[in-house]
Amino acid sequence: MIYISKIIIPLITIIVIIYGLIKKVDIYNEFLEGVKEGLHLSLDIFPSMFAMIISVTVLVKSNIITDLTSLININLFPKEILPIAILRPISSSSSLMILNSILSRYGPDSMVGKIASIITGSTDTTIYIIGMYYASVKIKKIKHSLIVGLLADLTCVIISIIIVNIL
Amino acid sequence: MINYLFASFFIIGIVYSIITGNLNISSEMLTASRNGLDLLLSIIPIMCLWLGIMNIAKKSGLLDKLAKILTPILKIIFPEIPDNSPCFSYIGTNIIMNMLGLGNAATPFGLKAIKEMQSFNKEKDTASRSMITFLVMNTACVTIMPTTIISLRMLYGSVSPEQVIPYIIITSSLSCLIGLIIDRLFYVVKNI
Repeated sequence: MIYISKIIIPLITIIVIIYGLIKKVDIYNEFLEGVKEGLHLSLDIFPSMFAMIISVTVLVKSNIITDLTSLININLFPKEILPIAILRPISSSSSLMILNSILSRYGPDSMVGKIASIITGSTDTTIYIIGMYYASVKIKKIKHSLIVGLLADLTCVIISIIIVNIL
Repeated sequence: MINYLFASFFIIGIVYSIITGNLNISSEMLTASRNGLDLLLSIIPIMCLWLGIMNIAKKSGLLDKLAKILTPILKIIFPEIPDNSPCFSYIGTNIIMNMLGLGNAATPFGLKAIKEMQSFNKEKDTASRSMITFLVMNTACVTIMPTTIISLRMLYGSVSPEQVIPYIIITSSLSCLIGLIIDRLFYVVKNI
């Protein structure tokens, strides 16, 4: 499996180039055109990325999420799960940091370690994705995007707790 | 919506920091700005590489071919997008990259997909139906190869680092499916 994910990028590259040669495309100049577009697109999404990173950092570094979650004690699941479940949709770097500390403290094969691994591996940073993609095409009214995204994240947390307890 | 999110993150964060006497927040903001710049520097090469290769694929007709194959499958999820649109190729590639845990390589294709969707969006400042569905599929993407998680578990000496893979496949597929169902429900309810 790891092999597939390592081989896919070189494989796609070579297929595209050979197919381009067969179809007599001016591959070098078309590549340069794409690079130019890539540069513009990166600069287009930069302001929203930047805004997202700063606002999320202010929230996360104030420790309010970890402080609040430490007050809540529910017996249904290990209490270490709550901070990672809340931070995962907001910030990928801080949820990875928490996963790191959980894995080193409880071990990767413990129940908490497994649940935390599954939550981190199964979802993506919802707020960041929504912010970046919509900003790139200047969409202001996002309708129910955020709610659906967060509900899917919640589903993922619930399923991961159930699945580790059952299997 | 994003306005309120942006404002509340700042207000909650700063007020709470002041209450708890955590005055490092100003230096944290500067560190975050530098991280933002680092992210830009790391995303530029990925964008340039992939959009370069993709432009060759587009000109050679490979993207259209892929779109033709993907149309019947993706049309079920994205009924708004016209048949054989290159949008389907971008969506397909984005999903495959995400599945393989190559999130960074998925982004350029995702951005192209949403740009295509915007071109046939009627209200330019409002998210279209297909955009919302597409972002649900991105935030709750089906993952079959969680590369980062596996390497972290190896690092901390797991007996079997790959053990979580089937769990992650099940969890991510179910949450993606449920996300898509909720999204469809929003659409159906609004049109009754």
